[in-house]
Amino acid sequence: MIEISNLSKNFVLHNQGGAVIPVMRDAALSVAPGECVGLIGASGAGKSTLMRMVYGNYLADRGVIRVGDVDVAQAAPREVLALRRATLGYVSQFLRVVPRVPTLDVVAEPLLALGVAREEALGRARDLLGRLNIPERLWPLSPTTFSGGEQQRVNIARGFAHGYPALLLDEPTASLDAANREVVLTLIEEAKARGAAILGIFHDEAARARVCTRVVDVTRFTPGLAA
Amino acid sequence: MTPLLQVKGLTKRYGARIGCADVSFDLYPGEVMGIVGESGSGKSTLLNCLAGHLEADSGHVMFDTRAEGLRDVRAMSEPERRMLARTDWAFVHQNPRDGLRMGVSAGGNVGERLMAVGARHYGDIRAQAQDWLGRVEIAADRIDDRPTAFSGGMQQRLQIARNLVTGPRLVFMDEPTGGLDVSVQARLLDLLRGLVREMGLSAVIVTHDLAVVRLLAHRLMVMKSGHVVEAGLTDQVLDDPQHGYTQLLVSSVLQA
Ligand SMILES: Nc1ncnc2c1ncn2[C@@H]1O[C@H](COP(=O)(O)OP(=O)(O)OP(=O)(O)O)[C@@H](O)[C@H]1O
Ligand SMILES: Nc1ncnc2c1ncn2[C@@H]1O[C@H](COP(=O)(O)OP(=O)(O)OP(=O)(O)O)[C@@H](O)[C@H]1O
Ligand SMILES: [Mg+2]
Ligand SMILES: [Mg+2]
Repeated sequence: MIEISNLSKNFVLHNQGGAVIPVMRDAALSVAPGECVGLIGASGAGKSTLMRMVYGNYLADRGVIRVGDVDVAQAAPREVLALRRATLGYVSQFLRVVPRVPTLDVVAEPLLALGVAREEALGRARDLLGRLNIPERLWPLSPTTFSGGEQQRVNIARGFAHGYPALLLDEPTASLDAANREVVLTLIEEAKARGAAILGIFHDEAARARVCTRVVDVTRFTPGLAA
Repeated sequence: MTPLLQVKGLTKRYGARIGCADVSFDLYPGEVMGIVGESGSGKSTLLNCLAGHLEADSGHVMFDTRAEGLRDVRAMSEPERRMLARTDWAFVHQNPRDGLRMGVSAGGNVGERLMAVGARHYGDIRAQAQDWLGRVEIAADRIDDRPTAFSGGMQQRLQIARNLVTGPRLVFMDEPTGGLDVSVQARLLDLLRGLVREMGLSAVIVTHDLAVVRLLAHRLMVMKSGHVVEAGLTDQVLDDPQHGYTQLLVSSVLQA
């Protein structure tokens, strides 16, 4: 479902003397439906960078990033937008929303964008918020004032609202208590069971051991670090 | 899918000075394009050339008309263009005073747009005006007030209602949230996002506010000295800018 090959990237800092920072060289990996592949490697090795390139948030300089039948490295913005809507989900480390939109709508939005009927979308949102232990009195409020852990759980609910065939998870269990961590791991297991291809970053080793089918050490693709 | 708007090589000079130069892009139904850049970079010039308020020197603005498919707007007759502006396009000005009739009631401001496209039944017009005032959160009992009695944020919302009541397919906006306080901005953003989703609206939005484009625009063009220096998915351009000018723009403002 996700096939990456020969993927390379430099950052060029034009306002700092044109400094060129190579961050990725010839990365390659694949994730099959029903698999969860964990990215590991030291801080700064490029785990988040790799994930952001798959999402089309960072540009690739070279290589192929195939998600379903789209090569994200080559696709037009419009194709990436369509891919994100229907096929490729992403739970980033931090929630970013329009202020004032109620939590329930924030979570339902990915479904509404797909044309799912409002009541059905809200039903799914209620279900997820309930499972993730967000108190019902918070649902009509904007998540902008929520605690870090609450925002994280809203973000996860939003990321799991639609059954994306491919899913990117950047530290989904960070800053969660044991009970909520358990809910998130169960959601991931359910997604795998329905055939989602998942690429994840987990600093939580026990979580990684439980949900990841295998791991890929990104250090292999870090220029200057490869053996 | 046919693009709703196809812009090719659009150029406008003011004498020797460049307004905008060689701008090309496609906009698809349901897409919001943001335009950012420093003051004087040509954003308003471009928007006004697209909307036909300014005559460009060269280039093409192709619009997917309901009747005949892609047509070059610049080659249309004036009456044709005016009809298009009434039925398919909307233009939201930065200053609501430029987009409203200040001597006409709120209901009249919205209703007269319906009349301009042929609505005649008074009761229907008033009901639709009322409905749109509600959508932009202007209380029903303000329908007979003039916009002069409204706050800046209310005027801007009224301008949006006036522009969207006829169900346009393409909206041009020049700094629609400029000069509004943050909570009013947030409301407007939410309103616009809902309209984009529910009406399948396309929009071209000029703003200097990177937080606004991040939340509203699917795609982004960065302008400098009349030229588009960078374009792409909004979050990609903001998070991984490729051009030195964009890198400066993104790093020099508070985190968007
Ligand atoms: N937008 C950017 N501009 C410039 N450099 C960047 C950018 N994003 C990441 N980098 C650099 O790329 C390298 C890889 O960073 P990345 O965030 O991918 O690491 P990571 O493996 O996710 O680390 P961590 O475990 O700390 O999250 C770092 O040197 C980082 O400074
Ligand atoms: N009517 C005019 N006659 C001469 N020059 C003009 C005219 N209108 C604009 N210009 C010039 O064209 C350039 C682009 O102006 P424009 O208004 O498009 O900028 P802008 O990006 O919208 O700026 P701002 O963010 O300040 O609104 C500027 O150098 C401006 O001085
Ligand atoms: Mg990281
Ligand atoms: Mg301007």
